[in-house]
Amino acid sequence: MQQAVQPGMQPVATTFFFYLLSGLTLLSGVFVIVRKNPVHSALALIFGLLAQAGLYLMLYAPFVAGVQIILYAGGIMVLFLFVIMLVNLERSQREEQFNKQWLVGLLAAIALGGLFIVVYVKGKNLFPYRIAQPVETNNTQQIGVMLYGQYMFAFEIASLLLLVAIIGAVVMAKKRI
Amino acid sequence: MLDYITSYLSSNTTPGQAGNVFWATVYILVVFGGISVAVMAMNWLERKALAHFQIRLGPMRVGPHGLLQPIADAIKLMTKEDIIPAEADKFVFWIAPLIILCASFAVYIVIPFGPTHAITDLNIGILFMLGVSSLSVLGIVMAGWASNSHYPLIGALRSSAQMVSYEVAMGMAVVSAVLMTSLHGLGPYGVGVGTSGTGTLSMIGIVQAQQEQHVWFLFKFFPLGFIAFGIFAIAMVAETNRAPFDLPEAESELTAGFHTEYSGLRWSLFMLGEYAAMIAVSSIAVTLWLGGWYRPFPNTLTGETWDLVFSLFPGLTFLGLAAIAFVGVRRMPKHPYFRVQTIGLAGFGAVLGLIGLILFVPPVRNRIQDIFWFVAKVAGFMYLYIWYRATFPRYRFDQLMKVGWKVLLPIGIGVLILTAILGVVL
Repeated sequence: MQQAVQPGMQPVATTFFFYLLSGLTLLSGVFVIVRKNPVHSALALIFGLLAQAGLYLMLYAPFVAGVQIILYAGGIMVLFLFVIMLVNLERSQREEQFNKQWLVGLLAAIALGGLFIVVYVKGKNLFPYRIAQPVETNNTQQIGVMLYGQYMFAFEIASLLLLVAIIGAVVMAKKRI
Repeated sequence: MLDYITSYLSSNTTPGQAGNVFWATVYILVVFGGISVAVMAMNWLERKALAHFQIRLGPMRVGPHGLLQPIADAIKLMTKEDIIPAEADKFVFWIAPLIILCASFAVYIVIPFGPTHAITDLNIGILFMLGVSSLSVLGIVMAGWASNSHYPLIGALRSSAQMVSYEVAMGMAVVSAVLMTSLHGLGPYGVGVGTSGTGTLSMIGIVQAQQEQHVWFLFKFFPLGFIAFGIFAIAMVAETNRAPFDLPEAESELTAGFHTEYSGLRWSLFMLGEYAAMIAVSSIAVTLWLGGWYRPFPNTLTGETWDLVFSLFPGLTFLGLAAIAFVGVRRMPKHPYFRVQTIGLAGFGAVLGLIGLILFVPPVRNRIQDIFWFVAKVAGFMYLYIWYRATFPRYRFDQLMKVGWKVLLPIGIGVLILTAILGVVL
């Protein structure tokens, strides 16, 4: 791993930060589920997303990390909070939760956990063994060249889809146009 | 160990890039200490300048010309009782000011005070700055909600709507400046035949692109750069919730907006975060459009002599401040009551003069001048903030939204498209 990194850019305390960030992600994930108050859940989700951005940074993907912060933590979650705060929380808290599906949830959790354990045990043979080549210095530039060169068509299709979604949202929200 | 510390001095990168933990820590402490001092100075300057705009004297009692007023304020705020409303959400109430503080201080990691005077140079510098500074809206929303009171909630909702909508216009302006960094190999003043390639998002890279093209992006593709800068300059005032866009804390309607229920130290954290964010967005504007750490007129006033003249500016500035202080000493009343203050002001002037003299020493001079020019440009913006506040009446909320969505955003998109076309054609 050390050879792949440019000289002078040695990461500091990698293991410590990995465990710190993944621990934060897991903890906030748990909080998202167990907190009764939806605002607390949303805040926990924000912390989880930020910790994830930190993990992306450790994987030498600064662009993804930046986009994660701007889009998820800065944009989408603010809208989430906005909507939650406008809803009458006290009434919704008093209402009975009717989706008691803990048995199904438990089964799904066991299945997913089993999958993780299998991957952890057999992972060496399942995935090709290759050391990733981190390109920290011009990661963003390479993403740009890829998106607007090789994958131009797919990128434009995706942006057209988003445009359709925006127009659809406006049409649905506004009664008289 | 000593070798580890001294080895960085000979390299010409930022400590973050050099991977030197010691110097990175030193830089972080210096930058954060400097920002805190700058916030205190700004606090004094704002009260003083606003007072003079309104033909008042402003703070005069604590220290000569109220120079010690920020310190007195800080002590007052720290010793004040810290009240948490009974119905408030304690944890969220407690953490909201910290989030604002963290968000507005974390962006200083990438601000380039000079080619090597930044804590680190991220590949996504400007993206990081926009993203992290937009996190402060979370703190505001949390503060408003956790207070469990009407005015804070309305203030927080206003603030988040305002920040989210002005971020869009701001992003358009920033993208058009980033687009300009992709035009390589142009002649002087950024015109002529060149090749367009990938640009850069790194803060240091953006300033170096301006040097390479021999033009501040403010004057590039005139008037496109100018318009983009104007959009950013308006949007950044709205982003930091300052007058004339200070609707989230409009005191005539909302008492104090989202921080109505806060008191003491927690309230001062909000203030600290707000001023730090102001300095941070001003630094973005300086980096993107005003040539960052480069001195003015690098094209016309070239040569050894002019370099020397411009490198004397930092020292001269401090000597000028010292001279002002000594004029103040001369004009102090001769009553014995003012003796301590007079001596203090004279001492302050002497310290300023000494700093000015140190800045004339050639090695110091050469190291300090890029920092000086960056800070000087940012200081100009800080003065503009005060000037706006004294001059413009507050906007109504529908006017604010109209300006953001119907004026700034379309112009921003237009500027972006025109910049792209000119970049390809020229």
